[in-house]
Amino acid sequence: MSGHPSTYEPKYAPTKWLDKRLPIIRMGADFMTYPSPRNLNYWWTFGGILTLCLMTQIITGIILAMHYVPHVDLAFESVQRIKRDVPFGWLIQPMHAVGASMFFFAVYIHMFRGLYYGSYKAPREMVWLFGCVIYLIMMATGFLGYTLPWGQMSFWGATVITGFFGAVPVVGESLQQWLLGGFAVDNPTLNRFFALHYLLPFVIAALVGLHVWAMHHAGQNNPIGIEPKSKKDTLAFHPFYTVKDAFAVGVFLLVFAFFVFYQPDALGHADNYIEADPMKTPEHIVPEWYFLPFYAILRAVPDKLMGILLMVAAIAVLFILPWLDTSKVRSMRFRPVTRRWFILFVIACFILGWCGAGNPDDIAIPFGEDKGITFLLLARVATAFYFAFFLLILPIMGMIEKPKERPESITKAVLGGAE
Amino acid sequence: MSDHTDNSHEHIDEDKRDFIYIATGAAAAVGAGALAWPLVMQMGKAADTLAAGSIEIDLSKISEGQQLKMLWRGKPVFVRHRTPAEISEAESVDIAQLKDPQTDDERLMPTPDGKLDPKYLVMVGVCTHFGCVPVGEQGKVDAQGEYGGWYCPCHGSHYDTSGRIRKGPAPTNLEIPAYTYISDTVIKVG
Repeated sequence: MSGHPSTYEPKYAPTKWLDKRLPIIRMGADFMTYPSPRNLNYWWTFGGILTLCLMTQIITGIILAMHYVPHVDLAFESVQRIKRDVPFGWLIQPMHAVGASMFFFAVYIHMFRGLYYGSYKAPREMVWLFGCVIYLIMMATGFLGYTLPWGQMSFWGATVITGFFGAVPVVGESLQQWLLGGFAVDNPTLNRFFALHYLLPFVIAALVGLHVWAMHHAGQNNPIGIEPKSKKDTLAFHPFYTVKDAFAVGVFLLVFAFFVFYQPDALGHADNYIEADPMKTPEHIVPEWYFLPFYAILRAVPDKLMGILLMVAAIAVLFILPWLDTSKVRSMRFRPVTRRWFILFVIACFILGWCGAGNPDDIAIPFGEDKGITFLLLARVATAFYFAFFLLILPIMGMIEKPKERPESITKAVLGGAE
Repeated sequence: MSDHTDNSHEHIDEDKRDFIYIATGAAAAVGAGALAWPLVMQMGKAADTLAAGSIEIDLSKISEGQQLKMLWRGKPVFVRHRTPAEISEAESVDIAQLKDPQTDDERLMPTPDGKLDPKYLVMVGVCTHFGCVPVGEQGKVDAQGEYGGWYCPCHGSHYDTSGRIRKGPAPTNLEIPAYTYISDTVIKVG
């Protein structure tokens, strides 16, 4: 799996026997001795954190599936029963629900890190592409899972999102009803959403394997974006980065535990404690926080199909990012002008999230009475910037920006002149 | 596999091999397609979903200005008994300025004597944008949108007293379901 010379020596007869037949211990050992750049900072710990998130979701999810009933008449009650009556259900259900938010929180940091340090550039395009696919399937899994408690937001969220497919010209309505298994979101929909929500995390796990494989094959990027040139530039993954990851995981779990034990509902919506009612739409349908920026992009255009296409494009543009950025310099540390654009890009993403939560016609930034910038206008500006960053700023800056002088090697950057 | 045979003198007919490759590939493709078809089609509407088709509504129970909401095929159906003011407003609109041009008459089904009764407007109560249920209950003027009909709270589509889209992102007017008058006061939807 990792492309460095193996140093594993089986010591005992059984391990020697196994090593000749299936070198699985060797694979694990090579993983642990994998030479990692010696200058990785804490932003690099989110890969490990995300592995933990995926495992948490799979384990708590399998347990929840043992108690959950995927039927429109019973689903809502069964989730309440898990929280109230099932032993430790009060703990396991919020772990899964909060866990989804923590998973997205970690993945967004992981993605911004990749953007900032140019981890998508040659020869790591496949690492980035698999990451994009994983993110896409994560979004699908998150959406499907949110439908299962069958509250008002579950139902209407599912109605709105499956409505996207109805906007496809000509075949839209048939496609939508095929996905739903009926004329509207109903029992067949809930059933298949449950089946797919159970399946997709295992698909993600397989893709994570490919993501890590591609990363080990190309080598890890690092904060200065200069490839390791000698043995001095690297450290063994264990114990150096296992310990660093473990510390970061500990801090991350503190935040996780805070939400699970003190604010289990803070990241959800009160409306989801009302059982789904196809006759009544909630006042404001708002997706989970991690979809808000895309929701804002969707609503930034007054046309249904255009809104959807723009939202899809917002994710599709990530897939072609390695070929949009023309700069050979990976790390933003050496790109003074683009670095500022990147900071604006992060701010634009937060603004989009804020606009997604607001009502389009409401005033976001007031000046004077009744006047000001509406969420709609703000969302349009932020959407324009979001796309401009990928389609204009990155291609152009790579051609006109003069990067700062870069150190000769990782060791030089870390230790200066000292050897 | 165990016994070693010398194949060096054997004649290989390349054309025959190509034929076998193509024939095998074609048979496998047809087989895969034939298997994929039921696996894809099972996702569609089941027979019982299709059969749960129609409902009857007694119009005489709806008083003027009132709206009845009933569940039909998992979606709400609105029946509004419109006031004369609402009817005249719906009829006076210049349809050239509409996003989805339709006259009020085109949005009604004939009664048993072949005439149109503009008092009763029957619609699928699902916003044509992303499928939310628009609000428009009598007495809540601010809930009826800028055109006095219906307002979708999800993304701000305004419908007039004929259920036509007037403002906001929805692409088309509220859908009129297939319904027939089975007597002067009873309709059958579906």
